[in-house]
Amino acid sequence: MKGDEVVSEIIAMILAGGQGTRLGVLTENVVKPAVPFGGKYRIIDFTLSNCINSSIYTVGVLTQYRPRVLSTHLGIGRDWDMDRKNGGLFVLSPYAAAAEGEWYKGTAHAIAQNIDFIDQFSPQYVLILSGDHVYSMDYNEMLDFHISRNADATISCIRVPLSEAHRFGTVITDNTSRVKEFEEKPKNPRSQLASMGIYIFNWKLLKPLLIEDSKNEESSHDFGKDIMPKLVNENVNFYAYEFEGYWRDVGTIESFWEANIDLTRSMPALNLYDANWRFYTHSAEMPPAFFGNESEVVNSLTSEGCIIHGKVDGTVLFQGVKVKKGSFIKNSVIMTNVLIGENCIVEDAIIGENTIIGDNCKIGIGDKVKNERYPNIYTGGISVIGEGVVVDEGSTVGKNSSIGNFLNTKEMKVKVVPSGKNLRIDGLV
Amino acid sequence: MKILGLILAGEKGQNLGKLTNKRASAAVPIAGKYRAIDFTLSNMVRAGIKRVGVLTQYNPRSLMDHLGSGREWDLDRKNGGLYILQPYVSDTSQLWYRGTADAIHQNITVLRRGDEDYVLIGSGDHIYNIDFTPLFKYHLSTSADITILTKSVEGYDPALYGTVKTDQNERIIDFKEKEKENFGDKINLGVYFMNKKLMMDLLYSTVPNGKYDLVRDVIIPNIENLRIMSYKFSGYWRNVKKSLIEYKRINMDMLNPEILNELFSPSRKIYTKLKDLAPPKITSTGSVVNSIVADGCIISGKVSNSVIFRSVNVKAGAIVDNSVVMEGSTIEEGAKIVNCILDKNVTIRTERSYIGYEEPLFFEKWQVV
Repeated sequence: MKGDEVVSEIIAMILAGGQGTRLGVLTENVVKPAVPFGGKYRIIDFTLSNCINSSIYTVGVLTQYRPRVLSTHLGIGRDWDMDRKNGGLFVLSPYAAAAEGEWYKGTAHAIAQNIDFIDQFSPQYVLILSGDHVYSMDYNEMLDFHISRNADATISCIRVPLSEAHRFGTVITDNTSRVKEFEEKPKNPRSQLASMGIYIFNWKLLKPLLIEDSKNEESSHDFGKDIMPKLVNENVNFYAYEFEGYWRDVGTIESFWEANIDLTRSMPALNLYDANWRFYTHSAEMPPAFFGNESEVVNSLTSEGCIIHGKVDGTVLFQGVKVKKGSFIKNSVIMTNVLIGENCIVEDAIIGENTIIGDNCKIGIGDKVKNERYPNIYTGGISVIGEGVVVDEGSTVGKNSSIGNFLNTKEMKVKVVPSGKNLRIDGLV
Repeated sequence: MKILGLILAGEKGQNLGKLTNKRASAAVPIAGKYRAIDFTLSNMVRAGIKRVGVLTQYNPRSLMDHLGSGREWDLDRKNGGLYILQPYVSDTSQLWYRGTADAIHQNITVLRRGDEDYVLIGSGDHIYNIDFTPLFKYHLSTSADITILTKSVEGYDPALYGTVKTDQNERIIDFKEKEKENFGDKINLGVYFMNKKLMMDLLYSTVPNGKYDLVRDVIIPNIENLRIMSYKFSGYWRNVKKSLIEYKRINMDMLNPEILNELFSPSRKIYTKLKDLAPPKITSTGSVVNSIVADGCIISGKVSNSVIFRSVNVKAGAIVDNSVVMEGSTIEEGAKIVNCILDKNVTIRTERSYIGYEEPLFFEKWQVV
């Protein structure tokens, strides 16, 4: 591709290297943007679909942490109509050059490493996105705002309760929406406007900024920590765009579970059925969901390839899930190809792909005891079982507990994982 | 082994009434998200066939829309791929296809040009999932000239199908066309495998003499001098274009887990056009029993013993029983349908009730009743 022939007004760069440590076993083997969500999607599908629906067809995806599942999912971008002659989807992994080879040191460094990639499209604007969030947003509205303010940089913000604001980068603006101050995860937040990790830059401004930053050895090369404060200090035209709509940071077990369960309620804020704003994904070819004679399903999402003979309430069933007779699943997220045996009770649980739950198991039963080893990860009374796990028949798994990926409780001779405990390769901790 | 696939998809399917008013029988929607042709096309692709010609004639718009560039079947290739073969006007031909043999003869260039040694002919309106590779081996090991896929006549009405009689070596010795008496013990499933050169020779020597039907005019007259073998298939097999009742029954067969599992086995997939719709949602007032429900549906009413296609909306208080409801249809509040077939985008209005007694009631595309 010759740079001088291809010009895109705007190109998107999606930061998809986030490890997502607070998702526990769910991100032990996959990067956060590749975590399954909402019955058939993966988290990054929402960002990619927003790009397509906003007519942005040149997208770079920056990967780093455990990219296998993500890269397989993305392919050449065909499922998002991004397999194009001009532009399209590009997976950009860290690389080694002649003199130096290194991992992306931070979000800004990741973009800086790909300056030549961006340059070949000669874009006017660069849209920086995160592959970690579930949301529905028309980037054109933000771009219109950016252009109308004659801005050099625009940050997209959403109003959050003041008590929550310490988890985000917060923005203080004047009455023209110009950014006056930016604080990354402040202890005592003074603003409700939280950064969504979405920025539009004039490439002319951003490029020298990134080059300068990458040479600065004291910088942590992060957009939130280094670039944003610099924009404020250097007095460029830096504006905050206030987004009103659905946006979730599904970075914790509790918020991930809640965002999924929200979809089962009536009229959820995230509309998956809007024909004018479709979410695209790469999914397996499976027949329609089958409901047996004894099935009782209410308030739930079911997916292709499901075979349901039990009771399901307030639950998201991914593709190919099988629920056998006499089992009852409530308020849970059951991922692709999970098999749930007969007469099981599953409550407030997240169960990873390809896991097998034997007959007569009780998952999510017990007192809400605080998780001893990982009190900040396994919260909200939710039981998390990883992918490819075999749970022996007649087992019990308590609340705020977890079972690591690919473990076999029968081989490990563990019948009970009590509330607040974690089953790991080295045993019950 | 290089094989050219040919799918006969030009028929209307007279017996399907309004269902095939605006589509060929190969494009009939089936089993919640598929079209009839998906089965034969997927069977061929899974057997390693890289070049497939689809012979269309009767109202092909819906079929063409479905097939597109063949991408869903991995047939959008630089070399080979999917060929749509329509009747055309030229200096030497300005006729519609006058029969199956004529249809292939008019497109003989496709046979002449490719580097394939064999040709596999199938029909676009048959519902089955087969691994063709044992048939290919059987063809070679029995030194057959032509191998025809057959199935025991048991469970089928011989008056509606072509049947064959075989000797003890499974060589076909007689063909019977839709006869009530003296019929063969196997039905002809309309799948023919033979050397491509032989196919071309047979066509060159028959079609220009006014003989246009593949079975009647090309294969049967050669029963003595060609070794025509029967390869028996024992799985699920149905023809969608026999009657509307049969069409509905095939859909209802999907409620049998054994048939569903056989047709859509994860190891032998059936591909179709993907539409990326959200997972179906069952709301607090909804219930679904003994049914299949495709993506994009929102079910707030009661659904039982039915096949629900994509993006169907069953509203609160509505009842759907023993019915086939195609893509985009809406059953409004308090409405009731029993033993009905709803074509695409039908709306059943509030509080209306439609019950099919002996035959299923059929509602045309875009009807509002």
